[in-house]
This record gives sequence, C-alpha cells and structure tokens, in this order.
Amino acid sequence: MPEIRTETMTVNMGPQHPSTHGVLRLVLELDGETVRSASPTIGFLHTGIEKTAEQKKWVQVIPLVERMDYLSAQSNSMAYCLSVEKLLGVELPQRVQDIRVLIAELQRINSHLVWLGTHGMEVGAVSVMLYCFRERELLLNINEMLAGFRLFPSYMRVGGLREDLPRGFHEAVRSFADRLTGKLVEYEDLLTKNEIYLKRTQHVGIISAADAVAFGLVGPIARAAGVDYDVRKAFPYLGYDTYDFAVQTQTRGDVYSRYLTRVGEMKESLKIVRQALDRIAPHGIYAVDDPRITPPPKDKVYTEMEALIQHFLIYSQGFSVPAGEAYVPVEGPRGEQGFTVISDGTNRPWRVKSRSPSLLACQALERMIVGNQIADVIAVIGSIDVVMGDVDR
Amino acid sequence: MNAVLIAEIVILGFVFHALLISAAAMVWVERKVAAWLQQRLGPILVGPAGLLQPFADIIKLIFKEELRPAAADKWLFYLAPAISATCSFAAFAVVPFGGETTFMGLLDRPVKLQVADVNVAVLVIFAIASMSVYGIVLAGWASNSKYSLLGALRSSAQMISYELSYGMALASVLVMANSLSLTDIVNAQEGAWLGVLPRWFVVLNPVGFLIFFTAGIAETNRAPFDFPEAEQELVAGYHTEYSSMSFALFFQAEYVNMVTVSAVATDLFLGGWHTPLIPAAIGWFGFLLKISFLLFFYVWMRWTLPRYRYDQLMAFGWKVLLPVSVLNLLFVSAWVLYFGF
Repeated sequence: MPEIRTETMTVNMGPQHPSTHGVLRLVLELDGETVRSASPTIGFLHTGIEKTAEQKKWVQVIPLVERMDYLSAQSNSMAYCLSVEKLLGVELPQRVQDIRVLIAELQRINSHLVWLGTHGMEVGAVSVMLYCFRERELLLNINEMLAGFRLFPSYMRVGGLREDLPRGFHEAVRSFADRLTGKLVEYEDLLTKNEIYLKRTQHVGIISAADAVAFGLVGPIARAAGVDYDVRKAFPYLGYDTYDFAVQTQTRGDVYSRYLTRVGEMKESLKIVRQALDRIAPHGIYAVDDPRITPPPKDKVYTEMEALIQHFLIYSQGFSVPAGEAYVPVEGPRGEQGFTVISDGTNRPWRVKSRSPSLLACQALERMIVGNQIADVIAVIGSIDVVMGDVDR
Repeated sequence: MNAVLIAEIVILGFVFHALLISAAAMVWVERKVAAWLQQRLGPILVGPAGLLQPFADIIKLIFKEELRPAAADKWLFYLAPAISATCSFAAFAVVPFGGETTFMGLLDRPVKLQVADVNVAVLVIFAIASMSVYGIVLAGWASNSKYSLLGALRSSAQMISYELSYGMALASVLVMANSLSLTDIVNAQEGAWLGVLPRWFVVLNPVGFLIFFTAGIAETNRAPFDFPEAEQELVAGYHTEYSSMSFALFFQAEYVNMVTVSAVATDLFLGGWHTPLIPAAIGWFGFLLKISFLLFFYVWMRWTLPRYRYDQLMAFGWKVLLPVSVLNLLFVSAWVLYFGF
C-alpha cells in the first residue's frame, strides 16, 4: 500500500484580516486545521512616534505618546509625565496624584471593556461587543467632559493636569461606576459559565509562569499564568499603596484565565475609582506651583507683567529639563509600561523610549498557538490584547 | 385546463415567491432582532421601519461588479451558487403547509397546499439536503483560495456528520407515523389529549425534536455551528471570493434553507397545520406562527451564543448526538412495537 503523502499548508493571516487586531500579520503553517508553526510579522503600523518625539518640546510629546497605545492613551501620557517629573524633581500635590489614579483606573476599565467586547466577538458572541461598547461610551463621555476629546484627551501635563475637574465630574464617574457594577454581572452571565465559551477558551493558548517570565510578559497575561507581579503593588507610584485593592491572579495561563483576570481587574479598578473619588475635592489645585512648568492662570496673564512673560516663555520655548535619564514604570491595562526619557538639558527630549507590553506579547504568540486549532489562533490573539500602535512606534 | 391544475400552478408560483420573499424578510428580521438584542436601532431609513432594506441590499448586489479570481475554475465557480440556490428551493417542494382545501368552493375537488405530494417526501428532503453540500464544496474548490477551501472542507465534514443524526431523528418520526409522506405524518398529529395538550410528536418524542433541530442548525450552517463562514477565522469561508449576485445566491440559499428546515421541523414535530385553538380552515396560519417561532429562535441563538470550535463540533456530532439519536430511535421503536401508538 502506497504511503499517503501529506503536506502542510501555509496560510497568510493578516495584515488585512478581520480579527488580527489591526495589522498583525501571521504566517501560519497548517496541518489540516492544526497550527504547526506561526511567525508574527510586525511593522505594518509603524508611526515613528519615538523618533518624532525627539523633535518636539517636552509638552508636545504628550499627545504623541497617547497615540501609541491608542486604547490606553492616558496611561501612556501618565507614564511619560511621571518620568519627566522625576527628571525635573517635581513633587506632585496629593489631589493631582488622586485624580491621576482615578483617570488611570478609568482608562484600564476602558481598555478592558474594548478587550472584552472584541474577544467576545472573536469567539462568536457578537452581542457582547455592543454591550461593552455601550458602557465604554460613557467613559468616552467622561473624557469629553474632562478635556473635550474622547479617545486622546491629552489631559495630563508635566507637573499636573491641564485644568481643574469640570462640574458634574464626580456624579458622572459615580453613576458610571454604579452602572458598570451591574453590567459586569450581565457580561459574566453571558460568558463565564457558558458551556461553549468554556470549551473555546479553557486549555487554549497556554503559557506557563516560567515562560511568561522568560518572555518578559507582564500584566494580565502573566498574572493569568500565576506570576504575581503588578507594578501598583511592587513599585507603588502615585500613592497606590494607600488604596485597598487585590491583585488578580489565576494559575492555568490559558485564554479563560486571562478572561477571569481582566474581569476581576475591572472590579478591582471600580473599587479604586470609588476610593479615589472620595478623596478628590471637586475643586482645588490641579498642578504643581512651579512657574517653570505650570502656565499662570489666564486672568493673571491679562493683568500682570510677570505672568505674561511666564506665559510667553512656556508657550514659546517651553521648559528645559535637567540632563539625565529616568524611567518610571506604571501598570497600564496591558501590564508594566513606561518611558525611558533621556534629557540633554534642553527644551526637547534627547530620546523617548517606550517599554510596551504588546511587543513582548507578540513575541510569545507563537509559543501559545502552536499545536492549537486555527480557530484558537483568533481566540489567543484576542486574549493577549495586543495594540499594534504600541508594537510599532 | 381544469381549475385544479390552475390551482396547483398558482400554489407552485406562490411557494416559489413566498420563499424568495421569506429570504428577504428573514434578512430584515435578522438585522432587526440583532439590533434589538444589541440595543441598536437596526435598519430604519429604507422604507417604513427599514422594511425595504433587503430590497435595497439586493439592488446594490445586482449593480456590483461580478469578480472572479483569475485562478478560479470558471464553470464550477458559477455552478456552485446555482447548486446551492436550487437545492434550497427544491427541498420545499415536498413540504405541505396546510390541509386540503377547495379555496372556499372554487374547486370541485380539494387540493393539498403543497407543490408536490410525494409519498417518500422525507427521503426527497434528505436527498436534496445532501446535494446542497456540493454547492459549498465546489465553491471552496473552484475559488482556488485557501480560506475558501478550508471553509468548504469544514462544511462538508460538518454536514456529513450531522446528516446521520438528522436521519436518525427523522426515522424515529417515521416509526411513529408509519409513513414516509409528510401529509400523513402531519395528520397523525391531529387532535389533543384532554382537549389541551396537542398530540404533537414533540411531546411524544422530545429528544428526537432536539436532535433534529440541533442537526438542522448544523445543516444550515447557522450559529453556533457556523464554521464554514466563521468570519473571524476564515474571513467569509467558502464564499470569500464571491461577489455580486453569485454571493447573493449563497446568501439567499442560507435563509431559504433555514425556512425549509423550520418548515420540515414543524411538519414532523409540531403538528404542521394542526394547532389547538386555530380552526382547520386557517391551519396554514398556525403553521406560519410555528415557523416564525423557530426562525426567531435561530436568530436569537446566533446573536447570543459564542461559536463552537470545529473539532469540538465534530466530537459533539459523533460522540454525543449520534449515540443519543440511535438510542432514541431504539427506544421509540420499542415503544411503538410493544405499546403501539
């Protein structure tokens, strides 16, 4: 009897594939429907943001870095500002710290909602996406309220915030938190114990804790594998050590664990949001009182000579940052992220280098999907929550 | 040409156009129900409540350019959608949708409300359902595209696996009704126990109904078994390379298949046109209600449940559904043999 000859098939998934989260390209080698090898190709969304940042003044970099990881804009700008502030040696007022914590946690919920929606859609539960985007809309409204811009508010400033909180901010955030608490239960009703969802996600895309550490994975992916690392607990910044919250960890490291981790994180974030909201006074100082970096109030610009000069200096040549290098990591929605900021003492950064969790997650992708089915590839790409803008910058 | 012949021609035309319209209506229902489930508005702009949306879609598709990949097999590429569409329409020919009627005395002898009263109707439906696999396989093969091929392979494997359980569920009804004619099967379900509980086979044979309906969903490639066109994985599966009207034919075939499977399920398990509280003269109305319910269920499920994985679906078909359907058939046969029906 002649031997049956089998061949593997090479399939090019992406960059124009509906569910590769933007423009990730995967070259898959398939044996039937089983994946034999996978090589991710990145670079289709290269924006040159890191290089562009070197041409910009310190403050002008803020809107740029917000556009890297476009689902966690305010975490990016916060990480950048923290690094620059460290170089400047600025001590932030307590109220600014609390507002930043609040905004960072809202941003985390925002990002996780987008993740949950797209992930649900990719395993076939299309309605989950619209439910999640419905709640995310409220968060975007809050952003609009804060800064007039929904996706990239650019509300963070070196040394504080752009302006004070708007009227009605506390009520808007509180009603959102109350609403999402109930809605999270609904999402979980749809997925957490759904037999089909369990079959699709359990024992799929497994990565062990050791591998997660070896690949440099952080955030929900590492925590789902059992690595108990959260920057908010390990290296507290902005007074995170004074908040009461638990780090979500799972042990199995599969897609389902990542789902549980992220849903748990949304609940913990809501807890932090409520605590921060109680600490923040509706009105008060919103930036450090440092004439070098904080512009004077508008009414003084119109009436006082010194304020006019100060305003002119800040808005024309900007401020200079002492020479040196700083890196302050923060816990973004995708894990530890931060900017290595190098200054040569001028009014423009010499180098802004981003440490992006998505890039490392892309590298670990092959380890997770080889041996799984082609349908799992989609579930796994979704579960690592890569943002291509963050990978190619 | 006598009146009965004219009546039968009218019924033929009616069924054909009703199916065409039902496909359009299902597109609207699908979009509208999905929108309600997802807190959206759905189509609202074209016609009242967006009712003309399907026609706008069709007009758009007609005016699209017909594209064919250069490497595709020309004849098979255009034959495939034709097979799919033909099979979906042909199966309905043997499905009765109402009792005998003289159209309020217009005819001298009553006619049956169906296109063709075949005494082996169940076998005909089965045969045509199997034929429709060819449309999909040929589409995947002729497109000469990897995604299409994968979609077609999945689909053929799926349909072949589920046809077995489908057949077993059918057989359990045949044993109960002791006939292969759908009219006889429906008439065997007439009446009610204690005047309230209808003597439908779904009551006597609920397992059979569940198996039949599940396998029916797999047969029509609908969620949660819609692998052949799992858009998140295979872009659009077997019809990735199709455009314009040849795509529309596949699209239409899917919806007509849904209507047909629902109609067959109604005839086999839900008493066809026999519905308590609805007089026999307008039995077709009860039939319509039941089909509508089943179709709504299809749509409801599609927008709620995640999708199975292909290998899980095959495992479910062979390891769960088939053994259960065989046991069910044995049980029903033994029951009919010893206790009668």
